[in-house]
Amino acid sequence: MKIRLDHVVKTFDTFRAVRDVSLDIESGELVALLGPSGSGKTTILRMVAGLEYADGGHIYFGDHDATGIPVRDRGVGFVFQHYALFPHMTVAENIAFGMKVSKVKREKTAIAARVVDLLRLVRLEGLGNRFPAQISGGQRQRVALARALSVDPKVLLLDEPFGALDANVRHDLRRWLREIHRELGITTIFVTHDQEEALDLADRVVILKDGQIVQQGTPEEVCRNPQSAFVMKFLGDANMLQAQVRDGRAYASGAAIEVGGMADGKAELYARPADLDWSAHGPGIAASIDRILDRPDSRRVLATTENGEHLEFDVEPERPVRANERGFVTLRRARVFAV
Amino acid sequence: MRRNVLPGLRLSLGVTLLYVGLIVVLPLAALVFKAASLGPEDYWRIVSSSRALASYRVTVLCALGATLFNLFFGLGLAWVLTRYRFPGWRLVDAMVDLPFALPTAVAGIALTALFTTNGWFGSVLADLGIKVAYTPLGIMIAMCFTSLPFIVRTVQPVLEDLDPALEEAAQSLGGSDWTIFRTIILPLLTPAILAGLSLSFARSLGEFGAIIFIAGNQPMSTEITALLVFIRLEEYDYQAAAAISSVLLFTAFLMLALTNWMQSRALRYTVRN
Repeated sequence: MKIRLDHVVKTFDTFRAVRDVSLDIESGELVALLGPSGSGKTTILRMVAGLEYADGGHIYFGDHDATGIPVRDRGVGFVFQHYALFPHMTVAENIAFGMKVSKVKREKTAIAARVVDLLRLVRLEGLGNRFPAQISGGQRQRVALARALSVDPKVLLLDEPFGALDANVRHDLRRWLREIHRELGITTIFVTHDQEEALDLADRVVILKDGQIVQQGTPEEVCRNPQSAFVMKFLGDANMLQAQVRDGRAYASGAAIEVGGMADGKAELYARPADLDWSAHGPGIAASIDRILDRPDSRRVLATTENGEHLEFDVEPERPVRANERGFVTLRRARVFAV
Repeated sequence: MRRNVLPGLRLSLGVTLLYVGLIVVLPLAALVFKAASLGPEDYWRIVSSSRALASYRVTVLCALGATLFNLFFGLGLAWVLTRYRFPGWRLVDAMVDLPFALPTAVAGIALTALFTTNGWFGSVLADLGIKVAYTPLGIMIAMCFTSLPFIVRTVQPVLEDLDPALEEAAQSLGGSDWTIFRTIILPLLTPAILAGLSLSFARSLGEFGAIIFIAGNQPMSTEITALLVFIRLEEYDYQAAAAISSVLLFTAFLMLALTNWMQSRALRYTVRN
């Protein structure tokens, strides 16, 4: 099912949660809505579900205007952040709920058979008789997914699907969700504030800030070509240096890089920790090392430039750098945004 | 034994057990002891006398009626107080506790004044042919009044803590409002409702002050058991008073045990593994 948001607006009291968002989602696509808290990502998801109504604009499912259709008739599967499993029903009863209350009457045996199928799909065979309080967080999340899929939704919506889980479980579930999506081919939108999760899982990432889309594209597009300082910072660690653009070059603390076509003036230079390196001799940005954080696969160096700007970068594990050492930070690549 | 963060288990346990012993167990034991000092035949004669039986009937039936009424009205009130905010909300919320705060005799006199045939309500109802004061209906109204807060105050916090996402999830799965109330909200409220019902019923069984003014206290028709006990005390027939009291005590116990059992059944799902 194709989904189209057309100039959607939502205001809570005086807070403008979503301002004029337009978005096209192709049938079968897996899309991440990524943004910090308050960026309106959950509100957008809830409007697509019909749990909130848009104040302005339209939401189309296929060619059909779904803006005013209530959630119970919209045919979406929604997985809530804290799963919202019915605590007084067993896992099997939770999954069967949607089929039991459906207007389409089903035979009891047909429902039971479908529950078994869904339990197998989410790899929870044999746990049908447990209550939600008796299973782990990761298992609950899979029950929630099975329950959402039980009504054959046209669209699957997940609100922070892995937010409440341990890092390990999260990693496994991410891979597993990707597999399920490939298997079922159902149009899926999920909300997250975790850029790694969005980049790992989604076909397309939609980055939101203050209720507006600031950039969207494949993980490759948004990573390789962030179009604003916000996206650069939000997608991962970034160092910022004050810079001055003159004649197509940006100068910052003794380093300079080509910035074709930028107008002269003040600018900010951003570089990922992996884009910086350390050398004992110039040229580069004169700095001294404050501290070293050792990590399994690299060493993170915290340094301060002569201008008092703080930088963080990674060097390979064998590199014998020490705190209080003086030297130069070299710039492998960077992006410059006008202020 | 598991060690707690705060010490003082022995002291606090000792003090509370002593208190429970002195204030709760000792008087009840004395009551049972007094009743037991009658022979089985005398005991049976007293507790099964036609006047006593009539008082049980009117007390239990009125208490059941009042509890049932409070179930619906209290649930509705709890629902309105948790789901909506309206001007005067705070006042209504505070008024729910009024029957707790008011001396029950004051309530009884006020209700009697309202419901006698020349009172504000009573005169209107009398025109319709309904007599409230000095009938079992009056007893029921007095019981309703004094036991109303129980259901509201046990259900309200549970309703407030109910995750709205549960209802949204049920909606997204296609459930109608009535289905959601019946299959999600009501089962989750059941333990609280049972607790409220048992408290409400127990309070109604034992209520005295609010009832005696409006009941008329006619033996065999509007005489409640608590009043019969009081009458026996006035006659210095302590054994008979204790015997009849023991029936009330036993009924209250039985009912609490029953609701506890039902509650634990309703809460089975919270048991881990």
